Amino acid sequence: MTSARRKTYGVKGAPYLFLLPATVLFALFFALPIGYAVWLSLHKVEVKGLGLGKGAREETWAGLGNYTDALTDPELLDGALHVLGYGVIVVPVMLGLALLFALMLDTERVRLAPFTRLAIFLPYAIPGVIAALLWGFLYLPDVSPFYFVLDKLGMPQPDLLDGGPLYIALSNIAVWGGTGFNMIVIYTSLRAIPAEVYEAAKLDGCSQLQVALRIKIPMVAPSLVLTFFFSIIATLQVFSEPTTLKPLTNSISTTWSPLMKVYQDAFGKADTYSAAATAVIIAVATLVLSFGFLRAANSRNRQEEAR
Amino acid sequence: MPFTSRRRLRQAAATAVAVALGASSLAACGSSDDNEEASSGPVSLTYWTWAPGMDKVADIWNKGPGKKAQIKVTVKKQASGDTLVTKILTAAKAHKAPDLVQAEYQALATLVSNDALADISGEVGGVEKEFAAGIWQQTTLGTDALYAIPQDSAPMAFYYREDLFKKYGLEVPKTWDEFAETAQKLKKKAPDKDLTTFSANDSGLFAGLAQQAGAKWWTVDGDKWKVGIDDAATQKVADFWGGLVKDDVIDNQPMYTPAWNKALNTGKQIAWVSAVWAPGTLTTAAPDTKGKWAMAPLPQWNAGDSATGSWGGSSTAVTNDSKNKAAAAKFASWLNTDPEALAALVKESGIYPAATAAQTGDALAKAPDFFSNQPDFYTAAAEIAKTTAPAAWGPNVNVAYTSFKDAFGKAAKNQSGFGAALTTMQDATVADLEKQGFEVAE
Repeated sequence: MTSARRKTYGVKGAPYLFLLPATVLFALFFALPIGYAVWLSLHKVEVKGLGLGKGAREETWAGLGNYTDALTDPELLDGALHVLGYGVIVVPVMLGLALLFALMLDTERVRLAPFTRLAIFLPYAIPGVIAALLWGFLYLPDVSPFYFVLDKLGMPQPDLLDGGPLYIALSNIAVWGGTGFNMIVIYTSLRAIPAEVYEAAKLDGCSQLQVALRIKIPMVAPSLVLTFFFSIIATLQVFSEPTTLKPLTNSISTTWSPLMKVYQDAFGKADTYSAAATAVIIAVATLVLSFGFLRAANSRNRQEEAR
Repeated sequence: MPFTSRRRLRQAAATAVAVALGASSLAACGSSDDNEEASSGPVSLTYWTWAPGMDKVADIWNKGPGKKAQIKVTVKKQASGDTLVTKILTAAKAHKAPDLVQAEYQALATLVSNDALADISGEVGGVEKEFAAGIWQQTTLGTDALYAIPQDSAPMAFYYREDLFKKYGLEVPKTWDEFAETAQKLKKKAPDKDLTTFSANDSGLFAGLAQQAGAKWWTVDGDKWKVGIDDAATQKVADFWGGLVKDDVIDNQPMYTPAWNKALNTGKQIAWVSAVWAPGTLTTAAPDTKGKWAMAPLPQWNAGDSATGSWGGSSTAVTNDSKNKAAAAKFASWLNTDPEALAALVKESGIYPAATAAQTGDALAKAPDFFSNQPDFYTAAAEIAKTTAPAAWGPNVNVAYTSFKDAFGKAAKNQSGFGAALTTMQDATVADLEKQGFEVAE
């Protein structure tokens, strides 16, 4: 009896034992830091008098003060608008190009496919900061070969680091770096489409274009949803491109994007409390936007299936 | 110091990660609050600094005076400027700051207000006379305490292309009015050239120019802080540069960019208002112009005056977490006043020492290579250094500096004059002080 009971107990305990490492790691490196950030965001430092010497600073409860400050901060709102403008360019252009390249590589009789695939993918392997530095050089009229050529041809030379063109300049870096990755994701799911589907289409007299529009794109819709999801998150977290271009121009402020504001608060002003509050807001906004999108996409799929 | 801004970017990310990791591991260790002074026996000190070659200077100490006093100093190389300030603050919060830190003068008030630095006035005696009054006062914050010992200073000067000034028939400006005339004259003779640029990406330059004009940005009034960023002196400086940018007489693009390097290297910009460390920057930014530059005192607001500001410079401070404050203070004063140490600092770290005796010492007898055409470079620099106006720093210089970059960057881009930008900077600084709970005088 006892041995049998022990056995059942052992079997019952096993899953928890297996879960333990993951749970501990999750708690230590995920839940705990997030909890600490939330705790920080609810506090602030209060200075007394001149604030010199011992005991001049005290950590006090701030309630939701940091959150109301962040939400009413015009800099954060401006940052959100910047990101919106940037995202409106980046996401459609990048995913459009990725889909186009993937479809082109997937067509029959394409030559040099492996080389082309690698060439398009390669920029993804270049760290964002390096890419931004490279493009930064190309955007500066005095050192850019493009401007040299434009000048020689007597063409107008737009200032890419100012106003509207700045968004194009920043988006260009992201598109250049991100298209390859998204293309690979879409291309992989294109390759997974069974050949008999194409055969059937061909027997029905479909042209290549019709195959692409009517069969391929609908069948890779899940991976399009996935890449869109990743792109939204990456857009909301844009940081390295504007930060790297910032020293080159007067047009990018230190709080251009929301994450730059978090960085500036934490490491420029040494105010980790406000920074934590802004970070929490960005995380919540990202969650709501990305999962909201996923839900919308899923419910559409289900509706279609039901039909 | 000279490369702070350019380095900052590259190091920012790395430091951020380091700080984050450091903070978490420190938090895990827990903090022990024993501040008892070790009275005797060998002492080991840690020193955070960004000056290159500092380990070699510390070696001289460890093999000589340090060995005798049984005080060993270990140098840990850090990122420069503001990033180190954040790191020190984080470490101090966990009571794990190193014994000694390098800190720029304008960061001292921030560090003191976070209770990171120790008052070492009791441990160091008689070093005050080694330094110019304007420098020394920055390490006392105008109080009876002493929070650091000056290490290097950066008196500002006017650098210009001697050959091109001759070519365009320009005189070296003695006053800021003449400076503006020189800029206009150059525009007439060579419309595609600029005398210089107004750069909004290094706040230290503007702070130094305001300091020269007599501005006092932070002062203590009873137990309240008074912020004078938009005082008359600074307004004068802002209007002057804003006017030049507005009238298109000088360029408005930032410094330290590839385009700026090219402009200096090809003679598109023919002058630079900078500090004593300029030769180092010019060597890398404009290598083709070696031997063609000259240094002159900064233009003055009134003819016949002689005043200059500082752009950079740093000090050695002892932290409150140090268990051997006396020993740390001993090393700090040796490092910054001993002739052998100062000579090594000049040679190994390439700094311009704050100690007045060292400014005319053997180590600085020869002009920098880039200025071989001006053999009395350091003699002239020492003369300029004597005229450094006092500076007044407060506990949120970082906030004012960031606000400067954003507000003046925008104003320079729009060529709309700098008056409104200066008001923005003042308001942001006061608002931040008040938000933190400091008492601010109207």
